[in-house]
Amino acid sequence: MHVEVRGLNKKFGNFQAVQDVNFSIDKGQLIGLLGPSGGGKTSILRMLAGLESVDEGHIYFHGKRVNDLPPQERGIGFVFQNYALFKHMMVTENIAFGLEVKKWPKAKIRERVAELVELTGLTGFEKRYPHQLSGGQRQRVAFARALAPEPQLLLLDEPFAAIDAKIRQELRSWLRDMIDRLGITSIFVTHDQDEAIEVADEIMIINQGRLEQKGTPWDIYKNPETPFVAGFIGESTIIEDIGSLRGFETARIWPDTKALIRPEYVEIGQAREFTALSATELGRVGHLHFRGSEWLVEVEVAGSRLVTYRSLEKEVLHPGDFVHVLVHRAYLFNDNDSWIMENNLKEDPMPVHI
Amino acid sequence: MRRLLIGLTAVFFGLLLVVPVIRIAMGAWNEGWTGFAGGLTRPETLHALWVTGLIVVVVTLLNTVFGVMLSLYLVRATWLGKKLKQLLNSLVDLPFAVSPVIGGLMIVLLLGPETALGAMFNWAGIDIVYALPGMILATLFVTFPLLVREVMPVLQEIGAGQEEAAATLGSYAWTTFWRVTWPSIRWSVVYGVVLTVARALGEFGAVLVVSGNILFKTQTATTLVYQDVENFNLTAANSVALVLAAGSVGLLLFMEWAKSRKEVH
Repeated sequence: MHVEVRGLNKKFGNFQAVQDVNFSIDKGQLIGLLGPSGGGKTSILRMLAGLESVDEGHIYFHGKRVNDLPPQERGIGFVFQNYALFKHMMVTENIAFGLEVKKWPKAKIRERVAELVELTGLTGFEKRYPHQLSGGQRQRVAFARALAPEPQLLLLDEPFAAIDAKIRQELRSWLRDMIDRLGITSIFVTHDQDEAIEVADEIMIINQGRLEQKGTPWDIYKNPETPFVAGFIGESTIIEDIGSLRGFETARIWPDTKALIRPEYVEIGQAREFTALSATELGRVGHLHFRGSEWLVEVEVAGSRLVTYRSLEKEVLHPGDFVHVLVHRAYLFNDNDSWIMENNLKEDPMPVHI
Repeated sequence: MRRLLIGLTAVFFGLLLVVPVIRIAMGAWNEGWTGFAGGLTRPETLHALWVTGLIVVVVTLLNTVFGVMLSLYLVRATWLGKKLKQLLNSLVDLPFAVSPVIGGLMIVLLLGPETALGAMFNWAGIDIVYALPGMILATLFVTFPLLVREVMPVLQEIGAGQEEAAATLGSYAWTTFWRVTWPSIRWSVVYGVVLTVARALGEFGAVLVVSGNILFKTQTATTLVYQDVENFNLTAANSVALVLAAGSVGLLLFMEWAKSRKEVH
């Protein structure tokens, strides 16, 4: 289903939960609404579902305005954060509910329920009540129940928030496969960027009720349009005085400009590990953190503290060691503008080294 | 020390509850079976028990329907303002705070024969005060909070999630209530109903003020006991009281059973 939202606004008392949000979603896409908690993601989702009234603006499904349609008539499936399963009904009764309400013939209901039980891997648990299921199983029941009446749009509110890390990973790829197979337009809310990046075709970053940026995960990572997006996606350190770093001296011409540097923009090592040695400068290793598959290294350079990752295969560093540091690029921003600056010594074909 | 406290508690409840019941039973039997049966089969006893039964049935039905409705509105309705909800919520507690006698008096002052409203109803051929409608009103007033206070916390606890899920699945209000909300609240409703029945059976003050305690007309079981005691007709008084006490004990047992069911889901 094609979804279009124009000038959406929502207030709770004096709190502006959603502010002038516009977007459109193509059929079959899986969209992640990403942002900090309390940023208005869930409000947008609930307005799409019709569970929350719209203060201002329009929502179109298939080009038809649905603002005044109750949730019952929007043709959506909704997976709630805590699943909201009917706790006095068995798994099959939960899944059949939407079909019974829509007065499907009995035989067809039985067929559809069996199909969904199979699809969601719940075979053998048909006669269980929700309190007899694990978190992951409940999530799949919620998913099956939402899908049963063949909705055109699937909305998922923090679908993995209540599941432990290991199973969450499994469920994520399971959900991705499932949605690909069914080709149903889906929107899910999350505050976990890894989840959004891994699962979504496109991400919408929502902050303080505003849509900051919409695009593919790679796009957003590569070209963040606002400082908030740059800081929210990936890890980063803010540097007040970027001009003090080697290769960025020319940045001094922009007053009041700060820089955001991601760990992956920074390379550290001994002199022999670099080809463009002139672009590096010496830094002192601060703390080292073991991150399971690599080291997180804090390094002090020209009065700024940068962080970067270092492979476990490389020589082990110690706090206090001096290393060469190369900053490949920085994301610069001030009140009016933001842009990416490459290290201008790195590209110099004939480095002057005295 | 602990034994002493437990012992004291047992003695306290013994004195307060068990001894009076035994005393009533003995009083009812002090002329043997004939005395007990005679006290109960008097026409005025039968009529009083009939009036009490009628009040209990009508009050319980009305309170159940409107109590569940009000609970739903107070917990779920977003269109009711926050201030209005608070006001209604504290109004529900009013009968807990106000003495039943005052409650009865308010009805007399509002709807008595000398008032404009009362006169209007009288003109239409309906007597409110010193008649059954007034007694039902008084009992309604006294028992109203019981069910609401049982159902509201349960509604709050289960949250609106399941109902919203039902809505997104295409279910409208009425279906959602019966298939989703009701199964979650039914045992608290049963519990509230039992409390309402017990309270309605035993209500005395408000009913006495409103009914005028007219023999064969507006006399209930409790006001009959009161009148029998006044007339030194102690055996009959004890017999009726014993029946009422037996009803209460039965309800209590039923209530315990309902409570255990309430915790199942």
